[in-house]
Amino acid sequence: MNQSLTTRRASNWIGEFDLQRWILKHIQYILIPIALTLFLIAWQTVVTLNRYPVYILPTPGNVAESWIASWQRGILPRHLGITLFEIALGFGIAFAFASTLGYVLAKSPLIEKIVSPYLVAAQAVPLVAIGPLIIIWIDTGIAQNALIAALIIFFPMLINTIVGVRSVREEYRALMRSYNASAWQVFTILEMPAALAVFFGCIRVGITLSVIGVIVVELMWADRGLGFLLNFATKSFDTPLVFATVITLSALALGLYIGVAIFERRIIRWRR
Amino acid sequence: MEEGSQADRAYARVARVWQCPDAIFASGFILRRHARIGIPACPEIFAAGFFVMNNGTLIKIESVSKQYGAPRDGVLALREVSLDVRAGEFISLIGPSGCGKSTLLKMIGDLLAPSAGQITIDGHTPTEARRARKCGIVFQAPTLMEWRTITRNIALPLEIIGAPRAARDQRATELLDLIRLRDFAARYPRELSVGMQQQVAIARALAYRPTILLMDEPFGALDEMTRDRLGQELLTLWQRARVTIVFVTHSVAEAVLLSDRVAVFTPRPGHIGRVIEIDLPRPRSAETRNLARFVELVRAIRATLRELGAK
Ligand SMILES: Nc1ncnc2c1ncn2[C@@H]1O[C@H](COP(=O)(O)OP(=O)(O)O)[C@@H](O)[C@H]1O
Ligand SMILES: [Mg+2]
Repeated sequence: MNQSLTTRRASNWIGEFDLQRWILKHIQYILIPIALTLFLIAWQTVVTLNRYPVYILPTPGNVAESWIASWQRGILPRHLGITLFEIALGFGIAFAFASTLGYVLAKSPLIEKIVSPYLVAAQAVPLVAIGPLIIIWIDTGIAQNALIAALIIFFPMLINTIVGVRSVREEYRALMRSYNASAWQVFTILEMPAALAVFFGCIRVGITLSVIGVIVVELMWADRGLGFLLNFATKSFDTPLVFATVITLSALALGLYIGVAIFERRIIRWRR
Repeated sequence: MEEGSQADRAYARVARVWQCPDAIFASGFILRRHARIGIPACPEIFAAGFFVMNNGTLIKIESVSKQYGAPRDGVLALREVSLDVRAGEFISLIGPSGCGKSTLLKMIGDLLAPSAGQITIDGHTPTEARRARKCGIVFQAPTLMEWRTITRNIALPLEIIGAPRAARDQRATELLDLIRLRDFAARYPRELSVGMQQQVAIARALAYRPTILLMDEPFGALDEMTRDRLGQELLTLWQRARVTIVFVTHSVAEAVLLSDRVAVFTPRPGHIGRVIEIDLPRPRSAETRNLARFVELVRAIRATLRELGAK
């Protein structure tokens, strides 16, 4: 009895299965691998036909080999870990300072008036130019890079915190006042959730920016991290390793972006 | 009121049980409901029960003026407004835009301080009344927190008081039943129409059983049908919750249909030009609009508005 029911359902399902609709619905999941495969085939063909030496343009096979080898030898994981740690630390530092200062500035127009000219001026300084100074002042490599990452995301975060807190309409504050809510309650119940929505927008942009920032600094001055590995591979003409590192980097940036997006969806459930 | 005296004995008994002498003075319905809900742990809610329900004056506004900005180049929004709001009544404030109706409402709710004059709420200052959570406020926009579910929005005032979870949920459910939106308890505001959101805002304002409901053009942003329906719902609610309602509107017909009295303002600087008694029978419904007396009152208020505006 039970069995016949399931078989009937299964046959029903197959009977109703519409290949054309299924393909249309999942078209992107089909097209992306196809495009990637075509690209890899074209790449392989170009290299084979022209007989480029490996240090000019390696084949996809060379790159994959190099990636696996350096992963297994622990080079890639180590430098990836360092870069990730720098970004995370930088993010944490920026978050702590930007949200605190942003809240204070949003709440006190007087302090904002005093501080904002300096903030605008500071924002105009190219951060890469500050790099050498930071290297003079701080001597651990990891802290240097984390600080650069922090500086890069600090301003967008600061501005967004101010906008977020200011975005709370006057009526909401009046309402909280009529409930006789304490300042702490206004902060936790009203301002923080309201600011969060604005805040996430900047984090998504900020996280990719900070990957770029950290890599640039590592390329120039560091003795570890993915940027350093890239530099090292280029200088030793290990082009497959250059490719492998770039792929890892892209994966890192993409992974962080997706991670933030998922986290955002979790927290801002009510938006959907 | 005979019901009052009978009830008073019952509540005195409840008060003894709860060892809260103040409760003896509390108006009956509040205590009775509290006993049912079981929120004795919140003295603040009890404070709301201080009012004796009679037909005496609840809100006394004595030559109140409000000046925004500096004395010379500021805006004089209200000029020597005096008004007595009776306990339990439904009073509407009507007048041209910018005459200071919202300003007056905010001063009653202690969101603004008067520049001159005095407001007393059952003998207390507005600040004391606010601290005791005697006023519930409803704005023109629903002003719900979009990251909270409907239940959590309604329970917000109780959460701020520190009421226990169970009591909060129970009260929220009770209010959801009252506005007949129980199916939407776990939804987010975004999933409701503006009319429904406004009902939720009203329910929220009633959460800790305020004695006074201050409503600033609550139906102003709604279409006419929703507006009429919510007006009727509000009357039912008002009769069941027995709150005093101060209602700002710019619709003369709405004011006449809902109110016991209508206070007509002059243009800015606002001043109450006349207070008109609405002697229509209750309960009122859409049918009331067809009464000759209704039409007459609407016409009278329109004439008063014109007359005050011309001066
Ligand atoms: N925060 C404020 N600052 C300065 N002027 C204000 C402020 N709020 C209201 N006003 C002025 O006070 C007058 C009355 O405003 P309001 O009470 O909102 O009127 P109404 O609600 O009757 O339309 C208006 O002329 C308005 O311009
Ligand atoms: Mg107004």
